[in-house]
Parts: sequence; C-alpha cells; structure tokens
Amino acid sequence: MTQQEALFKYTLRLGDNALILSQRLSEWCSNAPFIEEDLALTNFALDMIGRAQVLLRYAGEVEGKEKSEDILAFRRSERQYYNNQIAEQPNGDFACTMVRQLFISAFELYLFTELQKSKDATIAAVAAKTLKEVRYHLAHAEDWIIRLGNGTTESHNRVQQAVNDLWMFTGEQFEMDETDNLLIAEGIAADLHALQPLWSNYIENILSKATIKTPQDAYMQTGSRKGIHTEHLGHLLSDMQYLQRAYPDAIW
Amino acid sequence: MAADTQLDSWEVFMQSRPGANFTHQGSIHASDKKMALQNARDTYSRRSEGTSIWVVPTNEIAASSPDEADMFFDPANDKIYRMPTFYTMPEGAKNI
Amino acid sequence: METAQSTLPKEEMLLAKFEEKTAAGEAIEPRDWMPEAYRKHLIRQMSQHAHSEVIGMQPEGNWVTRAPSLRARQILLAKIQDEGGHGLYLYSAAETLGITRDEMIQQLHSGKAKYSNIFNYPSLTWADIGAIGWLVDGAAIVNQVSLQRTSYAPYSRAMVRICKEESFHQRQGYEIMATMMKGTAEQREMAQDAMNRWWWPSLMMFGPHDTDSPHSADAFRWKIKRHTNDELRQKFIDKTVQQAELIGLTVPDKDLRWNEAKQGYDYGKIDWEEFNRVINGHGPCNKQRLSHHIRVHNEGAWVREAAEAYKQKQKNN
Repeated sequence: MTQQEALFKYTLRLGDNALILSQRLSEWCSNAPFIEEDLALTNFALDMIGRAQVLLRYAGEVEGKEKSEDILAFRRSERQYYNNQIAEQPNGDFACTMVRQLFISAFELYLFTELQKSKDATIAAVAAKTLKEVRYHLAHAEDWIIRLGNGTTESHNRVQQAVNDLWMFTGEQFEMDETDNLLIAEGIAADLHALQPLWSNYIENILSKATIKTPQDAYMQTGSRKGIHTEHLGHLLSDMQYLQRAYPDAIW
Repeated sequence: MAADTQLDSWEVFMQSRPGANFTHQGSIHASDKKMALQNARDTYSRRSEGTSIWVVPTNEIAASSPDEADMFFDPANDKIYRMPTFYTMPEGAKNI
Repeated sequence: METAQSTLPKEEMLLAKFEEKTAAGEAIEPRDWMPEAYRKHLIRQMSQHAHSEVIGMQPEGNWVTRAPSLRARQILLAKIQDEGGHGLYLYSAAETLGITRDEMIQQLHSGKAKYSNIFNYPSLTWADIGAIGWLVDGAAIVNQVSLQRTSYAPYSRAMVRICKEESFHQRQGYEIMATMMKGTAEQREMAQDAMNRWWWPSLMMFGPHDTDSPHSADAFRWKIKRHTNDELRQKFIDKTVQQAELIGLTVPDKDLRWNEAKQGYDYGKIDWEEFNRVINGHGPCNKQRLSHHIRVHNEGAWVREAAEAYKQKQKNN
C-alpha cells in the first residue's frame, strides 16, 4: 500500500462516517418528538453533509482519477464504503438515535482533537472546524441521555435498551489496519488505540450520571475497514443513490 | 396517561455582535435551561446571527399593561431638558 | 371626542378606540385590548399558517433521503428546517393570544384547525421539489410579503423574519427546474410534468375569489389582511409566467394571455370544485399528512414526558 492509497482510504473513511450518519439523521426530518428537536437534528445532519463534502472532495483529489465528491458519494457500491457500522444503524426510537450520537460524538471529540495536529493540512483544517460542531453534538446528546435516563421508567428502559443494542458496534471505531499504521508513521492519522480508554471513561461517566449500566459484554462487531457492513447499509444506499443510478447521464 | 405537554415556553434574546444590546427574537419551548439555550440556538441562529443568547421563562416576565401607559410614560414627555437639543450653545463652539 | 366616548359603556369605548387605532394603521400588541372576533380571527389564521409550515415539511421531506447530490440534499434540508423554524415562530406568535401550542396541535388533529390545501398533493418526482420551491413558496411569499404589514405586531414581526429567511427558497426551486430543463429529455419531461401538476393548486393557494371569500370584511377593516386574494394571485401569475417561459416550461393554461389594458395576464378558470373537494378531505394526501403528524406526535410523547419528569426531579432535589 502506498501512502497515497492509504490517504485515499483514510479520507474516505472519515468522509463516509459523516455522509452515512447525516443520511440517517436527515430521516428524522418531520419525525422528531417536537419541532425544536426537529431543527436540532437537522442541524446535525447539515454539519455532517458539509464535512462529508469537503472530505470526499479531498479523497477524489488524493485518488487523482477526477472523481467528484458526488461521484464518490453516489456511485460506489456497498463493499466500497468504509464508515463504521455504528453510523449506518437505523434510527430506532429517539433514545436509540441519541445513544448512537453519544457513542459517535464522544469518539469524534477525541479523534478530531488528535487530527488537528495532523501533518496533512486539509485533514487538520477539517478537524479544527469539525471539533466545534462535535462539541455541540456531544453536549446535546449527553444532556438528552441524562434527561432520559433519569426521566421516567419508560425513558430509562429505552436508553438502557439502546445502549445494550448498540454496544457491540462501539469497538470497531478504534480498530486500526495497515492504513492507520502507515499514516500514523507519517504523522497524518491518529492512534485510535490510545483514544479508546479516554472514550470508555467519558461514556462510563455519562452513563452513570444517567443511571444507565455500561455493558460488560466484550463481543464487538467488525468488518467496515474491509468494506463489510450490516444489511442496513444497502437499503440506505439504494435510497440515497436512486436518482444518480437511475439517470446516470443527468446533471442535477 | 398524563396530560400531553409541549414543554415550557421561554423568551429568547440575542446579541448580534459583541457589545450590542440583547434584542428579543421570539420564543421556544424547552423543559430546562440547557435545553432552552440549545433550542434557542437551533431556532434563532441558523444563519449565524448571534454571539450570545439569553433565555428567560415566559411566565417570569413582568410586563407593563397598556392601561398603565399614561402613568408609565407620559411623565417623561415634558422633561425635554434631558435632550441635548434643549441647550443653546454659543455660536462657533466646537466638539460639544 | 374624549367626552363623547366616556359616556359609552366601557366595552364600546374600548372597541371604538381599537377601531380608531387599526384604522390609523397602528400596531396591536398582545396586551392591548382587542375584540374577541379579532383574537379569534388571528388565532384561526396564524395557527393555520403555522400548521401549514409544519405539514409542508412532509412532501419535501419525502425527497430528503433521495436528493441527487450533496449540494441538493444540503439545500433541501436547510429549506425544510426553515419551514419548521417558521412554524415555530408562528406558533410562538399565536401563543401571545392566549392559546397554547398543545391546544393548537389538538385542533389540528381533531380537524378543527386547517393547513394549506396545497400540501394535500403528493411530491412524486424530484422535479416536484423544484416546483414546490418555485411555485408553492413563490405563491406563499407573495402572500407573506403582504402580511409583513398586518396589524397584529407579533404576527407582523414573525412575517418580517420569515420573509427575510425565505428569500432563498423560491430561488432554489427555480434553480432545480432550470437545471432540469437544461438536462436530458427525461429530465425536461419530469420538470414539465411537475409544472402541470403544481400550477393550478398553486393558484388556489390564494383562496377563493374575493366575491366568494368568507371572513374578509373584518379582516380588511382591522388590517389583518392588506390585499385581496385576487390581487395577490394576479401578482403571482404576472411574475411567474416570464420565469416559466425563460427556461422553456409551458404554463398549463390555454387561456393564459397578456392583457395590455390591465398590464397583467388573463388566465383560465380555476377548478373550485376540485379545491373544495380537497379542502373537505378528499385530496390525494389529506389522510396521509394528518396521520403522519398524529403518529409522530404520539411517538414523541414519552420523550416530552421524560423531559418534564426530569425537570420535576431537579426541582425536588
């Protein structure tokens, strides 16, 4: 693997995480528990589309095959996406969406804090901008987890259920492969293994404030580094890519 | 089932740039202060209009009544000596 | 004047003062005295307006996950989010009249409160997103610009903010249509088809002809309304026809003709039977739109209850 190939794949991974989660969050549009929250979730989705746009454009430049961000977003197949599986998990109920957000935003807080120091100027710049957005996403999600965990019996149970269900997707965020190792050596990527204990502490602290038990189960799903996903991704893509695939010659 | 709730109403005040007055924007609903601030931000600064936000529970605001307008505001009408234009300045005086 | 009024019973004196104020074009604030009929008219109109913004999120939301480019998705999401925000501004403004948001939502669900008829039509293809932005928002803006000077101050303030924010909505819709008209044959066909389906319902958005319009007399005297339905409709047609022609779209009205004398277009007969049929519940999406809103409202109840319960617990600690 060359450095260029590694950087392409790494940038795709960062971009796909934003792209796929933004797609999920936009499904909340006109479906939130009250109108203010509808606006909040849309803001998250907008932040992430913006991030996906910059990163996929950059991935296209790195690859050097003149693929635009839209070609990369809308014309790849299931096995060519590198987002963490947690991002593609269905929204479920509001508790599930907030737990997913908590798990992802806490990871992104540490990830982008590190990536601000990246020797790749584009990644460092995206990280600095993203960090501001992520802090807000995290604050919003953790406030909700604490509210719902301490709210009613029903809301408490729903959060606990969501935590239990999503837990097995959290480990993959910290997996590293050849891509990471090569780019860490160049000072471009972050050492994800070093982030894991920080993340675990953070999550445990929030969950305990929410009176929610942190699962002890160590079994973790894996696969996205090799483009292996859950069944949910294919459906998400068939929705997202419909027009681009049905009218390949059209410009929109 | 408990009566439905759309949460409490809060009034939103925003400062458009550092040093400016906080001006009333409208209201939002939220169940606590943190949520109120976040909802105010997501509702009233979608176009980066603000630098700072205040939220106040709507039912905590005391407002003067229009019936009291005479009593509240008319007495100030004849105090024109509070206005700079009330004073005659000698011709040619500068920077005053 | 003063002495004449003071001999009248209190209610009549207040009414006379109110009429005088609105006639002079003065703004009415929430704590000012107002006749019950004025309050009722405003609650009806403003809650309908708020519900329209919120229900209007559905036909556009239908395409949010299928938008054909990142830019298109971004724009559409931002626009739908604005509609939600505008619904919120209007609910807030209506609340100053002494009705709660809960009550307004209950009235929507029971059918007592209405929303704009236009949203009972389906958004079938991506071109419909263009048509909705260009025609539906275009028609709404004509109406909303006029409402910026409405007599009830919180309504007027909300409208000023809404008009400022909506200025991009119509442009994004027109841009979608223009891009499609420059595209493949299939795209052009899609755009014209959307034009054909949305043109007449957009004209109906202004409401019945002035001669058949209920609620009008008071609304004008009190300056809630400042222009008639027909005036606003004419304005919309006059500015939209040129835009259609420029990008090669045909307005689906064989009677459309420029009238030199009135410096405006003459247009064909609006099918008010269809309008009444849809408004009375027999449009393609009436049931779908309302049951979506009810379902989301019910599914979110546990979240709102939990937030309320958490607040109570914080208070007791």
